[in-house]
Amino acid sequence: MILVNVTKRLNTAEGAINAHFELSINDSEFLTLFGPSGVGKTTLMRMIAGLEKPDSGVIVVDGDVWFDSSQKINLPPQNRSIGFVFQDYALFPTMTVRENLLFAAETTDQRHNVDELIELVELTALSNRLPSTLSGGQKQRVALARALVRHPKILLLDEPLSALDPSMRQKLQDELSLIHSRLGVTTLLVSHDIAETVKLSDRLAVIELGRIKRICPPMEFFSPQTLSGKLQLIGEVLKIEEDFPAFIITLLVGSSVVRTVVSSTEASALCIGGRAIISSKAFNPILIPLS
Amino acid sequence: MESEFLTTMALTFKLAAVTTLILLIIAIPLASFLVFSKIRFKSIIETIVSMPLVLPPSVLGFYLLLAFSPASAIGSFLTEHGIRLAFSFEGLVVGSVLFSLPFMVHPIQSALSQVPLSIIEASYTLGKSKIETMVKVILPTIRHGLISGIILAFAHTVGEFGVILMIGGNIPGETRVASIAIYDEVESLNYAMAHQYALTLFVVTFSILLLVYTLNKKSLGEIK
Repeated sequence: MILVNVTKRLNTAEGAINAHFELSINDSEFLTLFGPSGVGKTTLMRMIAGLEKPDSGVIVVDGDVWFDSSQKINLPPQNRSIGFVFQDYALFPTMTVRENLLFAAETTDQRHNVDELIELVELTALSNRLPSTLSGGQKQRVALARALVRHPKILLLDEPLSALDPSMRQKLQDELSLIHSRLGVTTLLVSHDIAETVKLSDRLAVIELGRIKRICPPMEFFSPQTLSGKLQLIGEVLKIEEDFPAFIITLLVGSSVVRTVVSSTEASALCIGGRAIISSKAFNPILIPLS
Repeated sequence: MESEFLTTMALTFKLAAVTTLILLIIAIPLASFLVFSKIRFKSIIETIVSMPLVLPPSVLGFYLLLAFSPASAIGSFLTEHGIRLAFSFEGLVVGSVLFSLPFMVHPIQSALSQVPLSIIEASYTLGKSKIETMVKVILPTIRHGLISGIILAFAHTVGEFGVILMIGGNIPGETRVASIAIYDEVESLNYAMAHQYALTLFVVTFSILLLVYTLNKKSLGEIK
């Protein structure tokens, strides 16, 4: 069980704000910090890792105090049981894949485990290669395996897949999900990708400008029950065209572009770049498998 | 004559080697400070480190000579402790260290500033101390900067003339280095000897620089 209740002054695009984050993470849970960039997701994660110091508050992990401003306790990252995966992978460029993992190992057991971890992320054939010779997806796997070497109490993933192409992203999401269910390590992910969030997380913490707005299972947030639609899609508004007396809206849903007709009142509530739910009632959807 | 040539060349390279070693020890923490520290007067320290690049060597030599003389505070303190820096090998080392400082600090500083902060933080999150991170992660990553620094500082010390002339004079076996010897031989119209020194220095410095460029190309290719 991880308890976090911290405040920190943040410099955001909208000026300085006093951020306050309060959340608890259950054992073996996969929790995603979801929200747009610049609202403090990464800062919160870095505060848990000890890479940044909160202005005040507490961080308690399994009963151990990692940070407590009233008692002036602030464990350095070295003394916190964490595995951190950086957005830019942060592999040591002069060490091979295997050496990167061995560097993290502290005990003989952990050293023996290194080959098993390399196998888990399917890099056995590349274990003697330098990071500079690997692809983005391979590098991220090394970073993930390296973060797991020390059996951390919490795995912190800072937008680990954001620099990868969509197909590699999906493959790594599957792997991440598999590793999480196999090792059961408590995991905190920073993401602003809806598909990734729904696929991986048990719960979702929605972050808006220095506050946690809501914590709930991902489907509850992305598919609110207030609408009784049979079919619901979430899309991004690309274009609003007037075609008297109605409006034609073009939306991007996943990777397909959808056009739909709405009334002028409905259209006035939409803006280009904003998100909208398309809900359709009273028809039986036809599903045709694609080969 | 031949043995004097060898003594002088040996002294030249001994001075360069000792200077380079001391510089390496000073420059790594100094360059780290210049890259990672956020304090205000950093640019003053940066300026002082770079001064020898633009300052006439005779200026530095002149002030060092004043500082080393027993009449000054530093000089009298040193004399009390039995250390004589003016016209001695130790004095040459002090002068060369100061004068070659930017040649060691700059390559290390520029290599350090290219080290991504995340690999340093990654090492911390893997439980490694600052010193262990420096030795096992940062120094291997900036090795081409270290090699450039070592070689440039060494070559620059071998070629130094002005500072050494001011504070060392021309004592055979003590402060007479190759660059001074060339000047001295030309003064006494002994061109053959001057040529022997000059050609040796030319070949040595050319080879050293050639080595830097070859190594740099190689290690850059490895990282990318």
